[in-house]
Amino acid sequence: MSTARMSTLATLRGSIERLEQGGAHDLNKVTLGHDAADSVLQGGLALSAVHEVFAEGHQSASATGFIAGLAGRVSPRRPLVWVRQDFSAIESGALSISGLCELGLDPRLLVTVRAPDTDAALRTAADALACDALGAVVLEVWGQARQLDLVASRKLTLAAAAFGVTALLLRMAAEPRPSTAETRWIVRAAHSPPSAPWNAWGAPVFDAQLVRNRHGPVGRWIMEWNCDECLFSEPASHPQPVAATPAHRPHHAAAYAGQRRAS
Amino acid sequence: MRPPPQAGEVKQVFPSVVVAKQHNAILIHSLDEAAVRAGLSIGLPLANARAICPELTVYDADEVADRKTLEDIADWCDRFTPLVALDPPYGLYLDITGCAHLFGGERALLQIVSGALGRRGFAVSAAIAPTAICARTLTRHASGKIVADGGEAEAVSPLPVSALGADDAITAGLRRAGLKTIGDVASRGHHEITARFGASFTALLQQALGQGDGPISPRKPLPDYIVEKRFPDPVATDTVIALNLSALAHMLVTAMDKQGKGARKLEASFFRTDGAVRTITVEAGRPVTKPEVIDRLFRERLEALSDPLDPGFGFDLIRLSASRTEIVVQQQRDLDANVHDNDELSALIDRIAARIGGKRVVVHLPEDTHIPESAVQAVAAQHHLAAAAQAAWPERIEGEPPLRPLRLFDKPEPIKVPFATVPDGPPHQFTWRRVTHAVVRVEGPERIAMEWWKQNGDGPTRDYFRIEDEAGLRFWIFRDGLYDGEPAEAEDEAVPPRWFVHGLFA
Repeated sequence: MSTARMSTLATLRGSIERLEQGGAHDLNKVTLGHDAADSVLQGGLALSAVHEVFAEGHQSASATGFIAGLAGRVSPRRPLVWVRQDFSAIESGALSISGLCELGLDPRLLVTVRAPDTDAALRTAADALACDALGAVVLEVWGQARQLDLVASRKLTLAAAAFGVTALLLRMAAEPRPSTAETRWIVRAAHSPPSAPWNAWGAPVFDAQLVRNRHGPVGRWIMEWNCDECLFSEPASHPQPVAATPAHRPHHAAAYAGQRRAS
Repeated sequence: MRPPPQAGEVKQVFPSVVVAKQHNAILIHSLDEAAVRAGLSIGLPLANARAICPELTVYDADEVADRKTLEDIADWCDRFTPLVALDPPYGLYLDITGCAHLFGGERALLQIVSGALGRRGFAVSAAIAPTAICARTLTRHASGKIVADGGEAEAVSPLPVSALGADDAITAGLRRAGLKTIGDVASRGHHEITARFGASFTALLQQALGQGDGPISPRKPLPDYIVEKRFPDPVATDTVIALNLSALAHMLVTAMDKQGKGARKLEASFFRTDGAVRTITVEAGRPVTKPEVIDRLFRERLEALSDPLDPGFGFDLIRLSASRTEIVVQQQRDLDANVHDNDELSALIDRIAARIGGKRVVVHLPEDTHIPESAVQAVAAQHHLAAAAQAAWPERIEGEPPLRPLRLFDKPEPIKVPFATVPDGPPHQFTWRRVTHAVVRVEGPERIAMEWWKQNGDGPTRDYFRIEDEAGLRFWIFRDGLYDGEPAEAEDEAVPPRWFVHGLFA
């Protein structure tokens, strides 16, 4: 084969690859609206995958708001199944539908499953992921659930990929463990931006820390949820500068040392 | 266990009675044959009975258990006919119209029922007659009798009036009037009897004589479709049970399909050889027309049972019935994927509901009230999926931050507030779950008065505040009541109102 033909083929292969990447890019990702986060995620949150959101017990409302935002971004028009465990409603309050409306989500698309325990919740979520009519499934679990191990997470990932439904795991009062999740976030509440007392305040502001990203770097951002446009955004002005996470070292180095190897 | 009597030893049987407290006296409620032979009778005070027969064994009556036993027997009787009615305290009506031939005729059916119950240790008296009351009258004095249509009057006439089961006062009155048998009473004019003993007694008499018929009230409504399978050899293994259930599902669907129906509610009854009956119900959000779906719903349900199906020595009858059916509207599949999506979603809801219960899968409907905890109604998704998809929710106000919390506590949690600067003002700090939060920003109050115009709607007015603490956490707290008391009760010495956390904002 001549060198000229070889190079032509290589060029063609390259352009096909670029085309394929570009296509996949648009189809399987949804932008969050926060530019810095979107660029780290290479175009946005991956659909048909598992995403985990962790929060400490008292930060549960912020994490709920964040995951509701993700769900709103992922499936604005398709039904959403929210599976929760009874205990989490006792511990940090039940999901309020009025509150969800206020965040700009459509309550008509919501089906809530009140699972008695973690096993039932996990099984229901796996079932729901196998229903391609849904846009997203939220699984809300309280505490360090031993059932949610690597095997369970792998099952959810496979189901999500096979049926094109996005799985969002809300883990409250739990420590991150090895899993097959596409991204993992730790969410805390952030202050409202300073404003005059008579100005409206209280729009959801999250201190969102991306601690795992299968296909890219991690980061930490202050995000504001825009209820009217159903988008994350950068808050107009924020008083506390947030230190960037060192690129060479993940957060909580000690706690994550073992986990990053395993996952 | 009592040791078996030794050979040659004469087994001494002491009379035993069951007593219950009636009209402030302990009276005999029921008794065994030995007690009858000793000269005791129902209604005799226990003290008298002990005087007659000192070696009496006495048990307390347990009416709840009696009732339960009767219901269990009625469950067992479901295998003969779906129409079984209770006649407390001791009776059961079985409407065997059109069922007797399945068991080899009326005589054979009567023998099967009496024989099977007799073997379980019950004293049975049974009769078959065209009307329920006639049959009941016969059981009192002529057990085992079968009366054909038109023979009622002849059959009941020689029986004493007590067999009718009317009030004691009426029975005593009839006897005092010299009317000893039902035939005597029937020979008098209707108006005489009605004038003396009332219209209800006349109706009872007429039904006993076959001149009128009153309905029985079956325990369960008649299902729309029933299929069942009897086993000469009881089945006990899970695989065989599952196979038979799916065969029954096929039969049921074939039967429903002829009339274009689909099942919304299905019941599978498992009749154990020892008489216990277990019924398992599944519901579907839309009419089911496929045997595979029925099969799958039952499989999910059976797997998730907290006390699994116990076959014991095996089931000798499995019955599948569709207790609620609907006409199936055939929908044309169009290019729009919506119809398909809705089917998928409702199938998913059915499966989850079969496993963890229909009340645990909910959709939400707005409620026209401003009380935060009742503004949203959670209803079973199986029944209200379509309604929820059409619901009109209040529009959110553009540009406003959320005014309602994202997480709401079912029961508001009390918090400790040391003081508030001004009466009716927000607190400066509060303690919730042993953590003290300093208030940085406040918005409020939003005053919500209770719905005093409703029954039980009265309660203290609440002042709600949106609070942000120093860590950025946002709370929705309220003060239950006003500082100087409600206007209506201002004259009472007002207790300081209490504070609660009701919800958390994102």
